[in-house]
Amino acid sequence: MKTNDVMLQTVTKVVTFIILMFAVHIFFAGHYTPGGGFVGGLLTASAIVLLMLAFGIRTVKKIIPVNYVVMTSVGLLVAIGTAAASILFDVPFFTHAYDYFELPLFGETSLHSALLFDVGVYLVVVGVTMTIIQTIGEDE
Amino acid sequence: MSNLLLFPIIIPLIMATILMLFPNKIKMQRLVALLSALVTLIASLFLLFKVYNDGIQVVTLGSWPAPFGISMVSDLFSALLVVTTSLIVLFVVLYSFPTIGIKREQSFYYPAVLFLLTGVNGAFTTGDIFNLFVFVEVLLMASYTLIVHGGERQQLRESIKYLLVNIISSALFVAAVALLYSVTGTLNMADLAVKIPQIENTGILTVIAVLFLVVFGFKAAIFPLYFWLPASYHAPPMPILALFGALLTKVGVYAIMRTYTLFFTMNVGFTHELLAIIAILTILAGCVGALAYFDVKKIIIYNIIIAVGVILFGVSQLNEAGVQGSILYLIHDMMIKAALFFLVGIVAVIFGTSNLRKMGGLMKTYPVLGWTYLVAAFGLAGIPPLSGFPGKLLIVQGGFEGPQFWGSIVILATSLIVLLSAVRIFIYAFWGEPVETEPLKKSAYHAMLIPSMLLVAITVFFGVGAELFMPLVSGAAEVLLNPSLYIEAVFKE
Repeated sequence: MKTNDVMLQTVTKVVTFIILMFAVHIFFAGHYTPGGGFVGGLLTASAIVLLMLAFGIRTVKKIIPVNYVVMTSVGLLVAIGTAAASILFDVPFFTHAYDYFELPLFGETSLHSALLFDVGVYLVVVGVTMTIIQTIGEDE
Repeated sequence: MSNLLLFPIIIPLIMATILMLFPNKIKMQRLVALLSALVTLIASLFLLFKVYNDGIQVVTLGSWPAPFGISMVSDLFSALLVVTTSLIVLFVVLYSFPTIGIKREQSFYYPAVLFLLTGVNGAFTTGDIFNLFVFVEVLLMASYTLIVHGGERQQLRESIKYLLVNIISSALFVAAVALLYSVTGTLNMADLAVKIPQIENTGILTVIAVLFLVVFGFKAAIFPLYFWLPASYHAPPMPILALFGALLTKVGVYAIMRTYTLFFTMNVGFTHELLAIIAILTILAGCVGALAYFDVKKIIIYNIIIAVGVILFGVSQLNEAGVQGSILYLIHDMMIKAALFFLVGIVAVIFGTSNLRKMGGLMKTYPVLGWTYLVAAFGLAGIPPLSGFPGKLLIVQGGFEGPQFWGSIVILATSLIVLLSAVRIFIYAFWGEPVETEPLKKSAYHAMLIPSMLLVAITVFFGVGAELFMPLVSGAAEVLLNPSLYIEAVFKE
């Protein structure tokens, strides 16, 4: 059955970007306040799911040609790698490092290795959520 | 190297993740899986050596001080179990090559096995009760993957039960942890061991202890919570069954052993007597099942339940002989169950069925298999000098020294039933009129037989050379019986 989803498609074109921006905001907010890689990842996944609802799985696969299983794996590697880097410095596993840096445009910014860990979490969450949704969605 | 005790957890985790990147290259998958199991085993042996020489190893994650951060603690008991687990996974990987099939190998079989290894090693190492929950979830996730892996009709049906039972018991687990936290204000096991004796109201703690017994009892398959196990374990193919039978219930057993010696000791008269009674009932229920079925898989599966009862009875006595016996028997049982499942798997492949009534006369065509099986069966029943004997002897001795001497009598009597159930397979499958068998390539047969024989040889060595391992086992039992050693090690940092 062919339905007319002009409304959905038009709204989606705008809303997807709002969701994605919000995901980035939440992701960085997680540094000191509620938020982080997990929620950011879920928001991103929800944006992609919205695209899928509006334009169909095939179209979305064409515009985002990502193998989500690989994405999960890479995310896990980033996360474990960050945690395991502490082994090289001979401090207990998961010990993080942070410092303040003068960056152009941002001014004095605190950079924390937990951010890298969160990037891993973000990738894993997007990867797993999308793998699940695609697997269920492809079954007709 | 303060992080050494984490290596048996991290190595399989990283390797499993890497394996996810190229699911279709089977040769690479096999090679990497084998290598990672081997490296994990070597790392765990190093760890055992280190713990034996330098005492309990502790790392508190993220450099937080002890009761606040998550402590990972490796004493001799956990190091021994980590070594055994890594050894079994190595053999399971070897045994999987000829048996599991290309289709399964292409869909993330080896990563799932390695994730399972991560979870089991983590559960054996952690010193934090919530972290224990997390690692149990890790191994359960991997086991969910493995139990439906391949998607056969029977597997799909049984996996629903398996999932339901485990989700319910996990929910109970979190509830029990929350209750424990509300009473004691801590989740670090060493800190719990300090705080629990200070609490005067032991009533609520006894309730929590029994709640934990129920939670871990689901995983360990104690009476009457074992109902899900025989059918679920019957579904997956043999290497997965060997992995589950050897490792998964043992995590529950380990958790009961750890919590019931370290901190749930405020009302021994009630909790440990309850544990002893349940253990004996578990043995009896397992015996009934082991005799009732004519299915080789089912017979060995019910023997898992019997062994769980025997081990827990030893712990419930809380004396030196009982606990030492439990540790020995636990290690023995992990190896012998894997070996038996391997051998029974070969028999089932040869006949194309697991129904004992349709078997017979293998002794002429496959004599080596027959004798290997007989040795393993005698080891299972605990005939001296094989590996089941020293552990059972100590457990029985512990029972006679402890309050529940009648339990020892039951264990002695049921040993005969265990022997009967295992030898019945031998009689039906290897003696009697030869039955038509499925053609089996020589190379595939050898690829299956060699890991099985090696594992049986290791169990024989473990039995005959039990004296060699006694310093390790008595050191492990010492920590279990003296919680202060554990507490000091964790708070020393």
